[in-house]
Amino acid sequence: MSKTANILVIDDEKVIIDGIVKICSLENYSIDVALNITTALEKISKHYYSIIICDIMMPDGDGFQILNELQTRNIDSALIMMTGYSTVENAVNSLYRGAIDFIPKPFTVDELLSSIYRANKYQQIKSKQERSYKDNKEVELFYVECPSKYYRLGHSSWLCEESDGSVLIGVCDFFLATIDSLMEIEFLELEDEIAQGISCFTIKSTDERIHKIHSPVSGRIIDVNKNLKLIPNLIEKDPYFEGWVYRVIPHDLGYEIKNLVPCSSDRM
Amino acid sequence: MLFKKIGFRLIFAVALTSLIIIGVFAYFNIKSQSGSLISEVERHANQLGETVISSTRFDMMLNQRDRIQQTINSIGTQPQIRDVRIINKIGEIIYSSDPNNINKMVDKRTESCYACHSEDQPLEQISITERTRVFKVHPDSNRVLGIITPIYNGKSCWQAACHAHPQNQKVLGVLDVSISLAEVDKAIITREWEIVIFAIVAIIAVGLLIAFFVRRWVSNPVNDLLNATQQVSQGNLNYAIKNLGDNEIGKLGESFNNMTKKLSEARIQLFQSDKMASLGRLAAGVAHEINNPLTGVLTYSSFLLKRTKDNPELQEDLNIIVRETLRSREIVKSLLDFARQSVPKKHNANIIEIIDKAISVIESQLSIKKIKIIKQSENNLPPITVDSNQIQQVFINLFVNASDAISKDGGSITILTKQISLSPFGVAQIKKASCPKRHSLIDNDFKIDGLPALKVKVVSADKEEIIHLDPVYGKHRNQYNLVFNIDKNTKFVCPDCNSSLVQQGKICPECGAPVLAFEISGQGLYEVCSSVNSNWEKWDFVDSTGIKEYIEIRINDTGSGISKDDLPKIFEPFFSTKGQKGTGLGLAVIWGIIDNHNGTITVESEEGKGTTFIVRLPLTQQRQI
Repeated sequence: MSKTANILVIDDEKVIIDGIVKICSLENYSIDVALNITTALEKISKHYYSIIICDIMMPDGDGFQILNELQTRNIDSALIMMTGYSTVENAVNSLYRGAIDFIPKPFTVDELLSSIYRANKYQQIKSKQERSYKDNKEVELFYVECPSKYYRLGHSSWLCEESDGSVLIGVCDFFLATIDSLMEIEFLELEDEIAQGISCFTIKSTDERIHKIHSPVSGRIIDVNKNLKLIPNLIEKDPYFEGWVYRVIPHDLGYEIKNLVPCSSDRM
Repeated sequence: MLFKKIGFRLIFAVALTSLIIIGVFAYFNIKSQSGSLISEVERHANQLGETVISSTRFDMMLNQRDRIQQTINSIGTQPQIRDVRIINKIGEIIYSSDPNNINKMVDKRTESCYACHSEDQPLEQISITERTRVFKVHPDSNRVLGIITPIYNGKSCWQAACHAHPQNQKVLGVLDVSISLAEVDKAIITREWEIVIFAIVAIIAVGLLIAFFVRRWVSNPVNDLLNATQQVSQGNLNYAIKNLGDNEIGKLGESFNNMTKKLSEARIQLFQSDKMASLGRLAAGVAHEINNPLTGVLTYSSFLLKRTKDNPELQEDLNIIVRETLRSREIVKSLLDFARQSVPKKHNANIIEIIDKAISVIESQLSIKKIKIIKQSENNLPPITVDSNQIQQVFINLFVNASDAISKDGGSITILTKQISLSPFGVAQIKKASCPKRHSLIDNDFKIDGLPALKVKVVSADKEEIIHLDPVYGKHRNQYNLVFNIDKNTKFVCPDCNSSLVQQGKICPECGAPVLAFEISGQGLYEVCSSVNSNWEKWDFVDSTGIKEYIEIRINDTGSGISKDDLPKIFEPFFSTKGQKGTGLGLAVIWGIIDNHNGTITVESEEGKGTTFIVRLPLTQQRQI
């Protein structure tokens, strides 16, 4: 499977576009650019891009327009949003509406590359899945979907409400499927505050890439899975039950749950 | 110009009224007085007439005409008597005090005779009034009162020696006495003048008195008010009117002061919120603007870092650039954190510990003021999900307020903590509601009893209107304010996307009208009857939670208390009773924190006795009601 992917970068800042172009050249991706939403929409209508990286706030529109365009025209490009910190809420909302990832600005080369890497993998899995549907063979299981009473933030993290008012959070199997096998997990400390859409733990894969996982909820960490600390591979074996990461007291679950996808909807 | 003044108009009205009253009174007074004077003269003249007749009777019998004339002459010389004459039955003057009139004929048809000689029939007995007449000889002369006394025929007359009168004649002649009314008229005129002078003096005195009080009670306060309104219109919102007394104008002045105070508070508040909003916008704008160049720096430096792996010297420097740029990234992040409204960070905590921590912060302050703290709490209170820092801030603020209210002689603050159960009906507030397409239906611009209401667009034929529903479950203070009537074809839709809010296949169990349904994020469906007249509403989620557990903290002080007027205002931003000392933000912030925790704060107070603040916090925060 070739590594190259066709990428469209949309940002109104030339310096950022140039930077991304340079970074992508490190890994031999082919790149096209657009300085505004209008040109971007034009380009999308003419060419197919497997990955689109878009700044969420543009002078002539926003990333949601690209998202809508992809959905109405039924194009399966993977959309990565770039955001300033002030628009985290929008970014989380874009995940709810179908974007596959977002990278908060400013970002490092590694952060961008790992996100593109995952998007590329995502596309590969999706197309494999499609092919297997088409061939009508026995459906191959590429990843395990999260249990129906769970909620997920995009395809990265999940949340499960517990009866005592706390929530468990962990990482989705689809996310794990888009990265190399796991090498190390970096946790936050007990009592640390986490916020929805902000990275809450990182996974280092065997190819040395660092993957940040966006937290599905804002709250305070009251427990960290000790077993996971001892055996990191537990997260790959049983990501939804034994492989939970944190137990959290949420601050405002009622509000934030609006931006989470109920996993029950995946099974329809 | 003068007549435009309210004071002058009042004085004018009062003077005119007293003029009319005194005038009418004087008219009737003079009339009755002159009437009684005249009747006195009348009586006197009548008596005189009778006297003349009886004193001349004997001479008449003897037919001694000279003596009769002499008697009449001597009576006629009296100063007030103008004329005395005797007229016989054929109308000839036979005796008179004025010699020129003797033997002259009097016309029976003249006014003075007509009373008796009507229809040519001489009458026998007529009353004194009919025998009297008041007349003037010349238009310039004094008034004269004339009285006629008939001389009746008697037995002695027809049996007398002269036998001049036949027996069947009843009246032999008349005696006519005229008396001058000059004295009476003079007295009446004097009386009239007295009354006119009295009237003028009274009117002036009333006018002056009224002018004094009008100036004191009306003109001066109104001028003060006028002056104040001019000051305010020129922008001086701090202008306060001095005490104008306890009447309506005084109250007007008070409410005027109140109004300008409110206005200036609102202006400060507006200014403050405007400042905060623009600060937030600025921070967000700056962060966004800085983020882009930072992205450039970070991507290029980390890119270089990757490409120069074989150059350790360069790597070291580049690492510093990357590290410092990452630091800048954190600074921008914290700047935005600051600009954002802080969300409470809730966790399980022991309320007693929070209260104890709050007390320890201000303990030294309290002991200086000789304030005793009395704590009473139920044992085994369950932990409560709150932001302990914020709640601690609430208690510190409440304790400081309590100690400020307590005088120098000391006092006590009692803190009572217990667990209570409250039913959600009539308490639970709908804070988020959306249409089937996830548009918010909360109208922050329209509040019912201070809480943002639910908005629904009503479409009927070609008209549409927004109605507002009470956000508190069970209170039902809905505001329809429609110009058209709701009928079968009326639609109830989301104002943003026009998707219907009517619950399909369901009608109100009370009146059969369509039922509106709202999605309450994470809290099920809220249903309410669409009819104006029905109070039916249902929120299964809240009903199913049943009675909710709260921790109630009552903080009671023995301070000065809060006046009834101030009580409803104390949670408003910038309301302060501490004058220049306070910022007035304390209780408003407290209210905000408690509200963020889905709790309530209420206050009871009696002036001079103390104040009790009652804070109620729900035990759990998970599903906020």
